[in-house]
Amino acid sequence: MSGTPATTADAPHFWETEPHHHEAGSSTMLGFWLYLMSDCLIFAMLFAGWGVYGQSAAGGPTAPELFDLKLVALNTAMLLFSSITYGFAMIAAQEQNKRGTLGWLAVTGLFGAAFLGIELYEFAHLIHEGAGPQRSAFLSSFFALVGTHGLHVFFGMIWLVVLMVQVAQKGLIAANTRRLACLSLFWHFLDVVWIGVFTFVYLLGSMQ
Amino acid sequence: MLNRPRALALRFATFAAAPLALGGCDMVVMNPAGDVARQQADLILWSTGLMLLIIVPVIVLTAVFAWRYRATNEEAEYKPDWDHSTGLELIIWSAPLLIIIALGALTWVATHTLDPYRPIGRIAAGKPLPATQRPLEVQVVSLDWKWLFIYPEQGVASVNELVLPVDRQVRFRLSSSSVMNTFYVPAMAGMIYTMPGMETKLHAVLNKPGDFEGMSAHYSGAGFSKMKFRTHAVDQVGFDQWIARAKAAPARLDAATYLKLEQPSEDVKPMHFARVEQGIFGRIVNLCVAPGQPCMTESMHGGGHSGLPQPTNNIVRPRTEAAFQRAPGEDAASPRTDAEGKGASAPARTGSGQRVDREAPVKGN
Amino acid sequence: MSDALTQMIFGRLTLEALPLHEPIVVGAFVGTAVIGLALIGLVTKYRLWGYLWTEWFTTVDHKKIGIMYMILGIVMLLRGFSDAIMMRLQQAMAFGNEGYLDAHHYDQIFTAHGVIMIFFVAMPFVTGLMNYVVPLQIGARDVSFPFLNNFSFWMTTAGAMLIMASLFVGEFAKTGWLAMAPLSGIDYSPDVGVDYYIWALQIAGVGTLLSGVNLIATIVKMRAPGMSLMKMPVFTWSALVTNVLIVAAFPVLTAVLAFLSLDRYVGTNFFTNVLGGNPMMYVNMIWIWGHPEVYILILPAFGVFSEVVSTFSGKRLFGYTSMIYALIVICILAYLVWLHHFFTMGSGASVNSFFGITTMIISIPTGAKIFNWLFTMYKGRIRYELPMMWAVAFMLTFTVGGMTGVLLAVPPADFVLHNSLFLVAHFHNVIIGGVLFGMFAGINYWWPKAFGFKLDRKWGLVSFWSWVIGFWVAFTPLYILGLMGVTRRLRTFDDPSLQIWFVIAGIGAAIIAVGIAAFLIQIGVSILNRDKLRDETGDPWGGRTLEWATSSPPPAYNFAFTPVVHDLDAWHDIKARGGKVPAEGYLDIHMPRNTGAGVILAGLSAASGFGLIWHIWWLAGAGLLGVIGYAIWHSFDYDRDYHIPASEVAATERARLALAEA
Repeated sequence: MSGTPATTADAPHFWETEPHHHEAGSSTMLGFWLYLMSDCLIFAMLFAGWGVYGQSAAGGPTAPELFDLKLVALNTAMLLFSSITYGFAMIAAQEQNKRGTLGWLAVTGLFGAAFLGIELYEFAHLIHEGAGPQRSAFLSSFFALVGTHGLHVFFGMIWLVVLMVQVAQKGLIAANTRRLACLSLFWHFLDVVWIGVFTFVYLLGSMQ
Repeated sequence: MLNRPRALALRFATFAAAPLALGGCDMVVMNPAGDVARQQADLILWSTGLMLLIIVPVIVLTAVFAWRYRATNEEAEYKPDWDHSTGLELIIWSAPLLIIIALGALTWVATHTLDPYRPIGRIAAGKPLPATQRPLEVQVVSLDWKWLFIYPEQGVASVNELVLPVDRQVRFRLSSSSVMNTFYVPAMAGMIYTMPGMETKLHAVLNKPGDFEGMSAHYSGAGFSKMKFRTHAVDQVGFDQWIARAKAAPARLDAATYLKLEQPSEDVKPMHFARVEQGIFGRIVNLCVAPGQPCMTESMHGGGHSGLPQPTNNIVRPRTEAAFQRAPGEDAASPRTDAEGKGASAPARTGSGQRVDREAPVKGN
Repeated sequence: MSDALTQMIFGRLTLEALPLHEPIVVGAFVGTAVIGLALIGLVTKYRLWGYLWTEWFTTVDHKKIGIMYMILGIVMLLRGFSDAIMMRLQQAMAFGNEGYLDAHHYDQIFTAHGVIMIFFVAMPFVTGLMNYVVPLQIGARDVSFPFLNNFSFWMTTAGAMLIMASLFVGEFAKTGWLAMAPLSGIDYSPDVGVDYYIWALQIAGVGTLLSGVNLIATIVKMRAPGMSLMKMPVFTWSALVTNVLIVAAFPVLTAVLAFLSLDRYVGTNFFTNVLGGNPMMYVNMIWIWGHPEVYILILPAFGVFSEVVSTFSGKRLFGYTSMIYALIVICILAYLVWLHHFFTMGSGASVNSFFGITTMIISIPTGAKIFNWLFTMYKGRIRYELPMMWAVAFMLTFTVGGMTGVLLAVPPADFVLHNSLFLVAHFHNVIIGGVLFGMFAGINYWWPKAFGFKLDRKWGLVSFWSWVIGFWVAFTPLYILGLMGVTRRLRTFDDPSLQIWFVIAGIGAAIIAVGIAAFLIQIGVSILNRDKLRDETGDPWGGRTLEWATSSPPPAYNFAFTPVVHDLDAWHDIKARGGKVPAEGYLDIHMPRNTGAGVILAGLSAASGFGLIWHIWWLAGAGLLGVIGYAIWHSFDYDRDYHIPASEVAATERARLALAEA
């Protein structure tokens, strides 16, 4: 960095006169991280809601009666696998391997779809049994928390599909790898939240 | 320009003095009739005094500096690069800190002494609580938009009229029928929320006979502004007479009366009820007054899970249907559909559910 | 048309929703419509639509977005203040009679007043000021995410439009500005009012949150070389802390409103009286957002005063380091005090004491800040330009508000003052005396930067004195009434001895009205006299920070050469050491391109919100799908920037240097 000739020899440079590259999108990861932290707070409130309402079954069915841990374990496995495969997609993207990236993204999407499918099945089953979100505050907070997570996964999948199209069209250009990295953060974030859901809602809930 | 800081300082002085000048006449908060409110008023004065120790110097210094260092005053010293002084920094952080330590200590003690859940420690300054005196219990229910007072020991009840004997501790148990309100008699003691499905408590005493205003201080809907009641502080004879008069009233407070009373109405004249159905307050708190509703107090779920907050109510009762639950074209039915008074004629909410479980809403006492 | 079909198309929206039988509302509508049509007519006549669209609505320039935020704030201030005047009039009249407003209207008015003043006046003002000033102060060319910035603005505006719509279509909430459950639940407020409230705030909240993310990223990533954190201007520091608070608080509001909307739309039981619901959870959650919100508003004002006091005292800011630590301490403590808003709910004495004492502790860093401004004035050369006058008025007014605030933090004292007019007087004392005075100081201070000419002093003085005097005349009676045991939100009164105080308060409000009018006249007069008030130097006040290092108004790229920072008051340092801006060697400048996506996405969101409010499900669904679809389509546009060629930069800069030297 060099400056203009200053009035005195020892005066410092006050203006940047050399070409200087702010890397395009250099703030993107920070910005996205900040957004995720705010999202994390929404989940914090949902967990707080679960903490307050988790046992207010109002004479209706309670958590141990409703939760099918085997199904939830399967579901957890789906989401965890999808995280791993997303990791493989990122490795492929770093190697500029477009086909590999797309392939792993597709696998991730399939696991995500399986997760959503199982979750929807669980919800439908609960509602069918008369344990819908209107039944009690316990079920309200359960559906709100798990449903919000599911909604995130759903939007993550829309994003995933859009990104696959974009990678297929434009290749692994800088803008696309940046987007892949953001979605990666998002996807792993949902995984972490799910660990919380699994532990606090399903496991501890079943042990009430 | 010349008088500006001075004018501002003067205005502040006027402002600060105004309460004192007017204190005698109608500053009921500062000049109440009950010992609890008296102590609260004293606390206001003490805290204000403590804070003025720092506020007055700040305001004076602001005025002085603003005037002295005006640009046109060439005589004042000018030090454009002076921006740090460890000594000053120490003072400006520690002076407020010391005040806050004092105020914090005062707060801790006063908050515990004047905790509304705690029986009062004295009848008035220099007047200890008689060892034999039991507190008078009054059960308070905020309805849409009036107040119900139940005297369980005397077996009477009243609407929008609270009569208390002077110099006797009163133990209020409070709840609400629909939404939140605040029970507030400024001359007697500070306010406390009344909440549906929950019970709060307040201990207070009135030391001077008189007629005082009471109100809801928490907005609760269209009829809120007229949700007022008179509080009469009378001597024991007067109180007994009032009870006798109430007992002579034709009306009686039972479930049916209550369910009718609960319906929204505004600007209600005082009413009396000669007899009160046993245990009605408990059922009001549990929102299960309607006949045929069992009020179960046993918890249905497998006991408390340590570490997690306990549910406050598990009352089972049908409610207004939400948007997605309604058939198209069906309008939501609520007792208070419209604030213009239509609500009063709307059908009552049917209470056919059953109450399952509730636990103490507020901890700490 | 069959009923079912009408129902499907219009949801619960019927002709009855239009308040045609209510003269006040019709009058307001006619007034708004006339002004609106006149504006549209003028814009059409002078063929300004294209200009407005390309230069303003679609702009990604943080400066123009900042100005649009300020305009939004001023427009909504007029609406919010009309509500205030109507309340004052009702309360001054309604002694032993019903006044002129029934509960149906009065309750909407005080709710709308609070919601509008906080969300759509104070928030746009602080966001606008931060948007305009922060990138300039840190020597950046724009914010980190220029498009997101435009989108945030339009989402905030969409929320404001929904609130305005509620005036003419249907009704607004009758719940108080925080819509406390269970009153705001479907059981007790089945009408559209609360739904307007929910969706206006949710949509505007998205804008606020994203703008918070944007400004944090900007401040962290885009600072000029050499500007370490402890060399950042205090206003930028306060903006950083404010936006951290925004990002950490607004999700809580989103969550609590989502719970409330689930209760209202799906029939869940979060805040109901029955089936396990718990309204106290609502009170807690809304204040966990609500208390930090107070600091979100006041901290930028503190930042403005720090800049103003230092500049007009011609001195370095006293105790910069302790100022910054005070900010950080306030930021953290802001999350530990929410319960002081409901001491009277019956928490135990120890809980109440804890929150009371944490609240008092906040007054220590706040007090330190006041002292720091005080000692910045000490041994200075104070020039009483308008911004400095606002600053001194702030210091005198705000200390009183702070004192009554600490008083309210003493739980037993709060038991008698809570929900009283004393409380109302207190928070107006800190919000008008702090936030609003700060915004006026900021507007007067940075106006010449934004437009290249100063604001008229005479009308500025009229506005200043009307506001300051009007404030005290309007709110001193409320302090007194509070001590007389009068509570808030009352529509009618019995005791005639109270009336005089309400009349005085009404006169105060009228004086404030003069202050607002004078402010608008000040702007008008200044625009007419702009040639006389012109400032060619770009540095009319002898500024100390980098925004004064460029021309007024700054070029789209802000700085032809990025400044290099060596000292806290960077521009003061450059001036003192003769660091002249180079007059040649310009380079191409990389800039983001304008886009209409923000307007379109926000418009679709507002349509979706309107559909949800009126149960017009097809509209709600179409709006939501539109938002998603358009966002996806927009993401396929990779060509979002362009270069300003060096020759154009050179021409702009030479013209400016010539003017400055002339």
